[in-house]
Parts: sequence; structure tokens; C-alpha cells
Amino acid sequence: MRYLPLTPHDRQDMLATIGAASVDDLFVDVPKEVQLDGPIRDLPMHAGEMAVEAHMKKLAKNNSAAGDMPFFLGAGAYRHHVPSSVDHIIQRGEFLTAYTPYQPEIAQGTLQTLFEFQTQVARLFGVDVANASMYDGSTACWEAIVMARRITKRGKAVLSSGLHPHYVSVAKTMARFTKDQLVTNAPVLDAATDGADLLDQIDDDTSCVVVQYPDILGRISDMSAIAEKAHAHKALLIAVVTEPVALGAIKAPGQMDADIVVGEGQSLGVGLQFGGPYVGLFGCKQKYVRQMPGRLCGETVDAEGKRGFVLTLSTREQHIRREKATSNICTNSGLCALAFTAHMTLLGEKGLRDLAMLNHKKAVVAADRLAQIKGVSLLNDSFFNEFTLVLDKDTRPIVRRLADQKVLAGVSLGRLYPDESGLAHGLVVAVTETTSDEDVEALATALEGELA
Amino acid sequence: MNMLTEGRPTKQEENIITPAQGTVQTHTGNRALMVDEPLIFETGSPDRSGVDLPEAPAVESRLGGLDRDEPISIPGLSEAEAVRHYTRLSRQNYAIDVGLFPLGSCTMKHNPRLNEKMARLKGFSDIHPLQPVDSVQGALETIYQLAEWLKTLTGMPAVAMSPKAGAHGELCGILAIRSALEARGDAREVILVPESAHGTNPATAAFAGYKVEDIPANADGRVDLDALKARLGPDVAGVMITNPNTCGLFEPDMKAISDAVHDAGGLVYCDGANFNAIVGRVRPGDLGIDAMHINLHKTFSTPHGGGGPGSGPVVFSEALAPFAPLPFVEKTEAGHFHLVEEETAEDHHESSFGRMVAFHGQMGMFTRALTYMLSHGADGLKQVSEDAVLNANYVLRSMEDLLEAPFAKSGPCMHEALFSDNGFANGLTTLDLAKGLIDEGYHPMTMYFPLVVHGAMLVEPTETESKAAIDQFIGALRSVAERAKAGDELLKSAPHFAPRRRLDETQAARKPILVWQEPEEYAEAAE
Repeated sequence: MRYLPLTPHDRQDMLATIGAASVDDLFVDVPKEVQLDGPIRDLPMHAGEMAVEAHMKKLAKNNSAAGDMPFFLGAGAYRHHVPSSVDHIIQRGEFLTAYTPYQPEIAQGTLQTLFEFQTQVARLFGVDVANASMYDGSTACWEAIVMARRITKRGKAVLSSGLHPHYVSVAKTMARFTKDQLVTNAPVLDAATDGADLLDQIDDDTSCVVVQYPDILGRISDMSAIAEKAHAHKALLIAVVTEPVALGAIKAPGQMDADIVVGEGQSLGVGLQFGGPYVGLFGCKQKYVRQMPGRLCGETVDAEGKRGFVLTLSTREQHIRREKATSNICTNSGLCALAFTAHMTLLGEKGLRDLAMLNHKKAVVAADRLAQIKGVSLLNDSFFNEFTLVLDKDTRPIVRRLADQKVLAGVSLGRLYPDESGLAHGLVVAVTETTSDEDVEALATALEGELA
Repeated sequence: MNMLTEGRPTKQEENIITPAQGTVQTHTGNRALMVDEPLIFETGSPDRSGVDLPEAPAVESRLGGLDRDEPISIPGLSEAEAVRHYTRLSRQNYAIDVGLFPLGSCTMKHNPRLNEKMARLKGFSDIHPLQPVDSVQGALETIYQLAEWLKTLTGMPAVAMSPKAGAHGELCGILAIRSALEARGDAREVILVPESAHGTNPATAAFAGYKVEDIPANADGRVDLDALKARLGPDVAGVMITNPNTCGLFEPDMKAISDAVHDAGGLVYCDGANFNAIVGRVRPGDLGIDAMHINLHKTFSTPHGGGGPGSGPVVFSEALAPFAPLPFVEKTEAGHFHLVEEETAEDHHESSFGRMVAFHGQMGMFTRALTYMLSHGADGLKQVSEDAVLNANYVLRSMEDLLEAPFAKSGPCMHEALFSDNGFANGLTTLDLAKGLIDEGYHPMTMYFPLVVHGAMLVEPTETESKAAIDQFIGALRSVAERAKAGDELLKSAPHFAPRRRLDETQAARKPILVWQEPEEYAEAAE
């Protein structure tokens, strides 16, 4: 067995040192009747690299990879080009096979990258501070709602209808157990977001308003009025960003006075990976820092006065506070945070802005081209790299048929909102720097074929 | 072959002066391979980039008048600089690839590189979670196969694959317990957790809206069955027990504990963090457990990555299976793989407690874990637990004359050996010993956990260490332990040879600096 270094001779020597006759003697505390008498049945025996690789390749081949065909899916996970060096960096064994940096003297590599990551995220979001990552955007969103409850001591959260439906589902699942009250609605197919409706929902019982920016249909709107009304009622504005590249082009939520900004960082460095692992981003105003969930990396000095970094404010966390902790989170998304920060460092502000405008303008061209198709209209007045098309037919079966023709057309709203018949004609289309003009033509031709 | 030795002494001459470590100063402050690396904010520039992009099409933007007009102030580096920046930083990290990593309860075993290669196949890494299911049949089959392995290895009938890490898996299990109790109209308020439990256990129970109470331990470091029975009652929803427990001991009464909890109308959660000790040898399903999370990043070798990502699938008993979260994968009789998500929830799975994360879980970890399982097979996994337990007992018996092992007399340990700081002289502590181990070239063991042992040191060597590597580690640990018992003053200022000396954690917490600030802002903050 290539991963197990002990030889039979080693095992005998070690048993002799221990004073045990056989390894079975080391399992004496396990009742005999629950010990298996041999290798577990119904599972194969060990296999070499070649056999395992063949097995896994067969599974991998039975998937349509995004890069092999025209591809337009987004809705919370975006396909961007990740610079080659990012994967080499995260495969450095010293990063890949390190643990959470509990011993800072021998973990400065991880800690300094986390400090840089926190700074990048805070600046991207336009807030004062950010943590060292969460599992993903959806869990970060729920944690933000819990944090707002802790701060305001109120239990009513108002969720925008433009919030990703999976994020809403996660919050609904959790709120059922924690007895938080959620105000939720499905989106309507309109060019305007639900910003005006949200204002009416904010009252003195409200802990927070949760607004996705850009929203699930790709629409962008100014959150300043929501922040103002929320603050007038001593409630918080939580902004949710599922496409961080957008913030290279549009105002940061912090510039509109959002109190907590959370997001999905997958777009930078991480890749699609069928939905995970991803990386949750979490930032907030300085005054709320002690109510944050998750790990925080902070700057300090060592005994010789040299700058160094440590995990800090751990009295918020489960390993110290146990049932009084701000969250139960322990392991988060360290390596994905490293991928995010390395990609962001390679971009820099100029690269990020260029990338964002490239995405946006390609999306503008694609939206106008697709809207020319008979039976297709463009919902959005504003968008970043994702927009909603309204077709004159039920979209979901079309998306399935186009996938069979090797065109991955986008995300049908029927998939995201199976119970909302009013959304069945919606198709959310994402366009990034990886989308070519030929891809757009292929989609247009395929849609024309379906709608003719 | 003769080495050319002229002008190049290969052995130290007696007249060469070797200065004490630290007395030679360098211009840079660096010491050969030990090189300090500035922050990107000190070296990079917002107008520098390591990425070349094509020109954007010349069209008007449609950003709703919300153009980002103020500086973002994120510096960039060229690729050459970025690769060097991260490579230099990586060299300040300890990692499994560098040496034995005896962090108890964390199972820092070797991460096979085949797993990394498989996870990067484009058919896994470059697929979108919302692609039509016919275009991702291989991905769904991968999840299905891994689920089958987990069910077989644990002897449990169902598994939820979506939890993102161990603590998220705990949450999944507790929500299922709560749902099952609510479904039978039996609202219960209390979850019992042993004092020795991981902090995530009580935090999870509280996060799910439960009150938390302690389960007492007996003098052997195990659950006090009689005390537990006395506490059970109509208000107790369930217990969270770690088995093997965090003292490194198997709970021999586990089945009796489960039976007692069930008799009192409660349900049993098992923290599976220590599954590595029993994988392939004992099936938790035979112990009366209702839910257990499995850390794929511990037992099944997916890399810890400096703090994640993890993956925490949860296996369920028949009693809890109907309440498992969405989504999950089903196989039809025709061999088609079906993803049960929102659309079908009402049709088939109305008792599911719902979705706990966007999309379908940690696919990148599933491919790695399945690769690991296929590599080891049923026989290899059994050998894994046996070697892990053998290595831990070897450490225990090689150290117990020098370090107090509070539970060693009661028998062998499982996959980790627990020691206390009893007998350290001159005010030296577990922390000092740990920092001394750093100077010897090792990552320290888990310190001050579990809380039930004074100055606890929890050593988990794992099965991927050779006898020679463990012997070297024991030699180092014995030496540092002897120094601690002799009251060696120099341990108090250890580590002496790491990239940093001891860091001031009090200052970090008192005035937290969590993001980089321009130097003038630092000056203001100091005032």
C-alpha cells in the first residue's frame, strides 16, 4: 500500500515496545461484537494509481465541461479565466498541506496571505474590515443575518426578492430552527429591482435588509436609500455580492453605507468545480468587528519587535466560547482564499477594472445580439455581466435540449424557482471574458432554432 | 569519485570561529533561506498587473449610473513578482509535506497527489452546478459512489453530502434530530455534550437553537454512563458524543449510551472527527448512532489547505434518514442519476429539513476522497486504522515514563495519545514545550485540548508516518520534555529558530489591526 510506510517487521517491533501481542490487543476497548472480522465486505480492495485514474477519468468524461462548448451559466457561480500561476501557488505543499495557523511562528505564510486577503476583500467591498473567509456565499449570508440579530437584538430580516434563491432557502432552513422571522418574495420579471418595495418593509422590528447586488436577474440598483431607511430604524443593510468581479466596475456596497457585505468569492481563482469548494467573503464596518463570525488574522509583533501575524479576537470563537460563540464555524475556506488573493494580486486594481469592463461590454454586445431574436426580449436596463432574457416559451426544456446539442445556454428561472410559473420564461445568461463572439452566435442560432 | 576539496573545506576546522546564533547581523536582516517578505501593499502598485487582457468592445456601458469612480487601492504584481511573493511566503509555513504534524484530533495525514490530479480533470473542475443534469451524469455518479462508500464504511443507511465542513455537518445532524423530534410533536430543549467535546459541538447545538448541558466524565476519561442516565428525560433532545473521544479513548459503553438515550426518547449524534481510528474495523451503525459527520479532510485525506476547505458529509440512521437535507442524488432503475433539489422536494421528500448550502456540496473534495478510497480499498482502510492506532500507542508507551499520560493505565489508546504537563518545573508550561518542539523542527501537538486534562498535549501521528520518522519525533519530544521537567529557562523564550519568535497575541487582540493601513494611518492609530 503506497501510502502506508510501516513494514510487517516495523509493526512487530512496535508491538513489542508497546507490550502487545497483536494489533487486536490495541482494540480491546471496542466490544468484540462490533468489530469486523476482516476487510469490510461489498467494497473493492486497494488499487494502484493507473487503475484508480482510469476509474476517475471514466466518471469525469461523462460530464460536459464548460470549456468544451459555448457556455453561459452564472447565477452565483461564474466561469473566469484563472491565471496559470494561481494553481501552481496553491499547490505549494507548504500551503496545501498546512493546518489552520494555530502556531503562528511557523505559519506566517498562511497568516500573511490571509492578512492580504482580508485587506483586498475590505477594499473591494468598500468596508473597514473583512474576515479570513467563510464556507461560501450562502452560508456567509445566513451568518450575516445572525450577526445583525446579535447587534440589533431583533429577529426580523427583510430579504430582497433579488437574492439568490439558494441563499434564501438556506436562510429559511435556518430561520425555522432559530425562530427568526424572514420576509421573502419571489422576483418579478421587471427591469426595476424591488428597492422601493423593500423600503416599505423596514420597521422598528427589523434587524436587517438583505440585498443582492447585482441581483439574481442581473439588475443593478443604488442601495443608498435602503441603507438610509434601515439606519433610520436602527436596522442594518446587508449587501450580498455573488460576482465580485462586478466591483471592478460598479460602486462598492460600502460606498452606499452597507453595514455588512458578504459574498461568494469563487469568481476569482477558484473555478466552477460543480459548486464547491467555494469561498465566502465577509466584511463589515469597524464598529461591528467583535460580532463577526469566523477567523480573523491580525497584525502584531514578535518578541524581537518584528512584524508578524496571528489569528486574533478568538474569544468570539467556538474553541474558546463554546455555546456562546458567534458561530460554530471552524474549518473555513483557507486554500480557496489563497487562490482568490493570488488571482486578485495578479490583477491589481487596473487588471480588475479592465477585467470588469471586458466582462460588462462583452455582455452588452451579447445582450443586444440575443435580444434581436424573434421571441426574445431583454429584461434589464442595467446589468454587469449577467442579464435576463424573457422568451416566448417555457425556458427550462429549451435549456435541456440545447445542452444535448452542446450549447450550455444559461440558467432557466424554472430551475431556480420551480414553483413560480410566472418566471418560467426567464433565462439568466452570463457572459465573461471567456465567452467568444462565436459562442454568442452559437447560442443565438440555437435559440432561433428553438423559437422559430 | 574524488570531490574537489581544494579551497573548499568540507569539514569544520578547529580554528574557525562559530559565533553564537543571532550574533551575526546581515544587512537585510535575512538569514540565508529564511527571508522576510513584505506585504503586497508595500511592493505592488494599482497600475501593475500580472494579467494581459484583450481590449473590451467599444460600446456604451449600462451600469445604471453606478460606475465605480473612486480608487479601489488594490495593488497588483507582475507574474514574476507574484510567484516569488507566494513562494517566499510558503517557505515560512510548516506543513505535512515538510514533516510529521502530530496535531491531535486533526488527522494530519499525507495528502496523495493523485487526488489533486483527479480533482483537476476538466470533467470535474470545469462544470457548473446548475448545468442540466444530463450533462453532468459523471459528477452525480461520483457523488453517488462516494455516498455508497460512506454508507458501507459506517453501516448507516443514508448520507447527506452537502455539508461544507465538520462543524457544518454537526449542524446538519442536529437539525435532522430537531426535525425528527418536531415531526413527532416532541419539542425538546436540551442537548447534552461532554466537557471533553470539541468546541464546535456546543456551538453547533446553540446555533441550532438548543440549550447545552455538560455530560459528566468518569475518572477513566470516558462518559459517566450512570450520570448520563440520571440526566436523561423528556427535555433532552439528544447527546453529542465523540467516539473515539478526545482523550483518544474508545467509549466501550457506546451501545449502552445509545440505548439509554433512545429509551428516553432522544437521539444520538456522534462527532466523527476521530473516525480514522476505527475506519474499516468498526461501523458506527453498529453502535446505535443516529447521525455522524465524517471529515473528508481528516479520515479521507483531502488537504487542510491552511484552514479549509473541508467537507462534512453526515450519515444517518433509518430514524433520521427522511429528514436529510436537500439536495441529494438518486439512481433510477435505468441507471440514470437524478438530482433531487427544490423542484421535487414537495413531490417526494416533504420531510427533508431543507437546503443548508447553495448548490450541492464540496465536489472538489468528493473527487479527492473517492480517489483516496479507491486507492486504499477495504483492506487498505482497515490497515489505515490499525497503523494509526499502532503509531499512537507506540508514542504513548515511548513517552509515558517521562510525560504523565493520565489515562494510559486504563489500557491502550486509539489513534492519539494524551499527556498532561504534570511535573514541569520552574513554571514551564505546555505552551513552552510546544514552542521548544518548533525549534526541533516539528509542528507541535494539539495543546490545552481536551479541557479535562491540565495542560493537555494530544499527539496524533497518523498512519502515514514511518517508524523512523516517529522514532525521530519521539527523540525530539523526549528531549524537550526533559528540559521542561528540568526547568530549562531557554524554553520560555522558544522558538529561537523559527521565522518569528513568540508573537504578541495580547496586543493583536487589544488593538486589532485586521487590514493593512497606509503608514500614516498606523501612526495615527498609535497615538
